[in-house]
Amino acid sequence: MLTNIHRKKGLQLVLGFAAGILFGFFLQKGGVTRYDVIVGQLLLEDFTVLKIMLAAVATGMLGVHALQSLKLVRLHPKSGSWNTAVWGGLLFGVGFAVLGYCPGTLAGAVGNGYLDAATGGLAGILVGTGLFAAVYGRIEKTVLAKGDLKEMTLPRLLKVGAWAAVLPAAALIVLVLWLLERAGL
Amino acid sequence: MEWLRMEQWSPYAAGIAIGVLSWFTFLLSDKALGASTAFARTTGMIARLAGGKKVPENPYYRKFVPQIDWEWMLVLGIVVGAYISARLSGTFETSWVPALWAGTFGDAVGPRIATAFAGGIFMGFGARWAGGCTSGHGISGTLQLTVVSWVTAVFFFIGGIAAAKLLFLVIGG
Repeated sequence: MLTNIHRKKGLQLVLGFAAGILFGFFLQKGGVTRYDVIVGQLLLEDFTVLKIMLAAVATGMLGVHALQSLKLVRLHPKSGSWNTAVWGGLLFGVGFAVLGYCPGTLAGAVGNGYLDAATGGLAGILVGTGLFAAVYGRIEKTVLAKGDLKEMTLPRLLKVGAWAAVLPAAALIVLVLWLLERAGL
Repeated sequence: MEWLRMEQWSPYAAGIAIGVLSWFTFLLSDKALGASTAFARTTGMIARLAGGKKVPENPYYRKFVPQIDWEWMLVLGIVVGAYISARLSGTFETSWVPALWAGTFGDAVGPRIATAFAGGIFMGFGARWAGGCTSGHGISGTLQLTVVSWVTAVFFFIGGIAAAKLLFLVIGG
């Protein structure tokens, strides 16, 4: 691992900014900085969002696990519970549809010139995170902890090596994308 | 370099590029792509600047300290990168009301901004409740085959599809 690079704080802020520029560039080129494309996905009329996400996941999965096999990176699986996944996921989903952007694509929409994202959307997300920070202390160890899924990954759950899960998962994603194309979506 | 000026790439090209980018963030920064904690930190910074004395004691802001970090710079970079891409492809435009919204709800600015604000509250609250967004769970979590991220991502879309259909087909219909 490149720990000597990871430790340089100033350099990391520059690398974060550079990665963001590329991320924003790719999101805009993919079309997902646009409300119409995102809401079109949620209305099941335009499958651009899903295609971009699944292509990114399959590519990322193969590369990151290869780097892990070479001991060049370590994984950072998020922790969570059934209650964070189901209720947080549904609340997020409502916001996704009503706002028409997600946090990353909202930043991209601002760069694209969309003023609904830069005003109401941005203000709303900030207020929403603030409200969550206000209640977090009361729900942290109760509601949010219920049905703990820890940092479980599929290989650990199935008690198999990483590649025994990665290869079928990547193949499955490619199959889903192929079926989407075949269905003309 | 015509591809830099293209109006839109194939979704597979854009997706693969994002996947490759994630290799480099793991390698060079020991980080996964994500966006929503940057918004939470920003709210904490604003609250602190506004004189919020309880900010340092708040258990959430102890966990996510209100300061500029790698992910905050990433989100700032997204704004810049999308601007550069839009400029190069000639698709930069300042507009208040998206076409799809206007087609159903009209082109008045007020209702769209109010709705974006309301949706933003759900999004900000839900993203932090879920512990991640479409980037953090939907791309980074799923590519690491994290169980909670796959479940969360599925519920992002269940909630999103249900709400979008309700909004456009029932309320707007």
